[in-house]
Amino acid sequence: MELFDLLIKLALVVAVFTIALVIAMYSTYAERKVAAFLQDRLGPNRAGPYGILQPLADGGKMFMKEEIIPSKADTFLFILGPCIAMMTACMTGVVIPWGNTLIIDGKAYIMQVTDINVGILFAFAVVSIGVYGIMIGGWASNNKYSLLGAIRASSQMISYELAMGFSIIALIMTTGSLSLRDIVEQQSGFHWNFLYQPLGCLLFIICAFAETNRAPFDLPECETELVGGYHTEYSSMKLGFYLFAEYINMFISAAIISALFFGGYNFPFLDKIDAPHNVITLIGTAIFFAKIIFFIFFFMWVRWTLPRFRYDQLMHLGWYVLLPISILNVLVTGAVTLFRNGQFHF
Amino acid sequence: MQLTNRSKVVVQKEMTMAEQIYLPAIFKGMMITISHFFKKKPTINYPEVKRPIAPVYRGQHVLKRDEQGRENCTACGLCAVACPAEAITMTAAERKRGEESLYREEKYASVYEINMLRCIFCGLCEEACPKEAIFLTDRIVKVGTERDTFIYGKDKLVEGIAADQRIDVGKRGGAHRKF
Amino acid sequence: MSVIAFYILTVLCIFSALMVVFSKKPVHSVLYTIFCFFNIAGHFLLLNAQFLAIVHIIVYAGAIMVLFLFTIMFLNLNAEVEPHKSNLLKVAAVVCGGLLLLILVSCLKGAENIPVNPMLDTQMGMVKNLGMVLYNEYMLPFEMLSILFLSAMVGAVLLGKKETK
Repeated sequence: MELFDLLIKLALVVAVFTIALVIAMYSTYAERKVAAFLQDRLGPNRAGPYGILQPLADGGKMFMKEEIIPSKADTFLFILGPCIAMMTACMTGVVIPWGNTLIIDGKAYIMQVTDINVGILFAFAVVSIGVYGIMIGGWASNNKYSLLGAIRASSQMISYELAMGFSIIALIMTTGSLSLRDIVEQQSGFHWNFLYQPLGCLLFIICAFAETNRAPFDLPECETELVGGYHTEYSSMKLGFYLFAEYINMFISAAIISALFFGGYNFPFLDKIDAPHNVITLIGTAIFFAKIIFFIFFFMWVRWTLPRFRYDQLMHLGWYVLLPISILNVLVTGAVTLFRNGQFHF
Repeated sequence: MQLTNRSKVVVQKEMTMAEQIYLPAIFKGMMITISHFFKKKPTINYPEVKRPIAPVYRGQHVLKRDEQGRENCTACGLCAVACPAEAITMTAAERKRGEESLYREEKYASVYEINMLRCIFCGLCEEACPKEAIFLTDRIVKVGTERDTFIYGKDKLVEGIAADQRIDVGKRGGAHRKF
Repeated sequence: MSVIAFYILTVLCIFSALMVVFSKKPVHSVLYTIFCFFNIAGHFLLLNAQFLAIVHIIVYAGAIMVLFLFTIMFLNLNAEVEPHKSNLLKVAAVVCGGLLLLILVSCLKGAENIPVNPMLDTQMGMVKNLGMVLYNEYMLPFEMLSILFLSAMVGAVLLGKKETK
């Protein structure tokens, strides 16, 4: 049965990859639709019924465009930039538990590509590497706007990674595990982590916005002052990769937020349903995706509501507000954990 | 002096705790945007749904013929003089024997051109015309990719002779017009 | 399997380390350093130290090297404007490097005699065990290190602060 296991894993990898790409593809469409609806417009509705073929049209356009590499650019790094951005965006999906176990032939298969025991740190590491795509691309373009965008991206990432890391540490203190699967399992029923870590949850969501370079933290590509930011010099599918990577990142962030703080594939009254195990698993997966889609919508909703930060406000928020609050959160969580375990001695 | 009672005195008061957190304000803003999400959209899907056009809409010009199919225009040039955008040019010619069924008066415009890129569709040509020859209609000038295609000659401006090729100018033409 | 992986990683690691020194552009050097760090993380994984590998990537590749790259981007160093280094500096660099090599070789020579414990727990690198060891056996050095970092941070803040006269 070795081969069968391998095939199941392979199928899972392909499925996760495809779903991530399809959801990212339709996020571009959804972004335009949501933006339009929030602004009392209709949005794209020409390509296919309700415009659902719009992403295909956009993709086709991206492929047809002329590829331009600036003559003074560092060619290798110029191409490497979008590759890294895309690769890191796709990598995080492997540690996310998409569902409970499926029982095939009396053997349980988990709906997760790999359950490494430092899963949450893996996701964090991959996210922190993602900034290289932007930095390398921005530097290799040999353009001052690109460089400014790259510098903004890196300083923003570093600043918000700290608060994000601390909010994760506080979460780990309550869960006692670094494996995403364990964290999700612990939240069965309605013991969702955002009830135990409301502040950490809020901090994590804010930092997730900053890490995915979404508005109101989209300073690296803010078009009003930096032309196109780090992708000013990019064209054709290389630009497409950058834009696409942002949407995949958004999808993955939504998945991680819902897995860490909103119960993952758990939902209330899960054990009340009288159905075969596999059916419940599939319902759980569907619920998980519903949560993910809600958070993707939330990302868009915020983007089309809030104006962009000024750069000094961004830094102020990161270092003077979020970081102290997250450290406080860690201290309080630690104290409460010790107190509840009865290890608190005065 | 106070002109209106809407003026506000600028105050730099300290923000309250709730205001400093900003989250309530953000929440309020997000409620506003989501309420717009469910609002009925005022968009009209153009080619499928068309807005009703006003009866006095001024679109592409037409050079009218009379009931017997003769061109009304006598190339007097008043429309060209009236045109503020100087979009109209014409060349006059004398009606030959045997052309009585084509032109109503003894003089006619052998060339009559309107540059649609210059035209501002003000309708002054229509008002200037003493012969009820030129009218603006509710048709829309078609787009083009060459500048030359926007210079409309008589082939595009004069209406056809057959009854089904006549172009209705609605309330513009006819007896109600005062000269 | 793991032996092949070890050799591939080692070759890549040494190659990238050499490229750090030999590449003309500073940004390329930084990128080779990052690549080298990834290979070292791979070595950690081969030793079943998942936590160390991931933390190595987060801290070194994800944070410190980002700052390096950040600074080097600001400096606008090019191959053309590289300052000429005097021969004295070159000699000094060779001597320093040689001394470091000498120390490393002498350390490794002593390492031959350390018996490899075949019963070593494969779960040693897991977070829980690592935490237990760090906060029990090596409690004092660990806390000393954190105080060291704290003092470095205080120093940096002090340097960065504007002088008020």
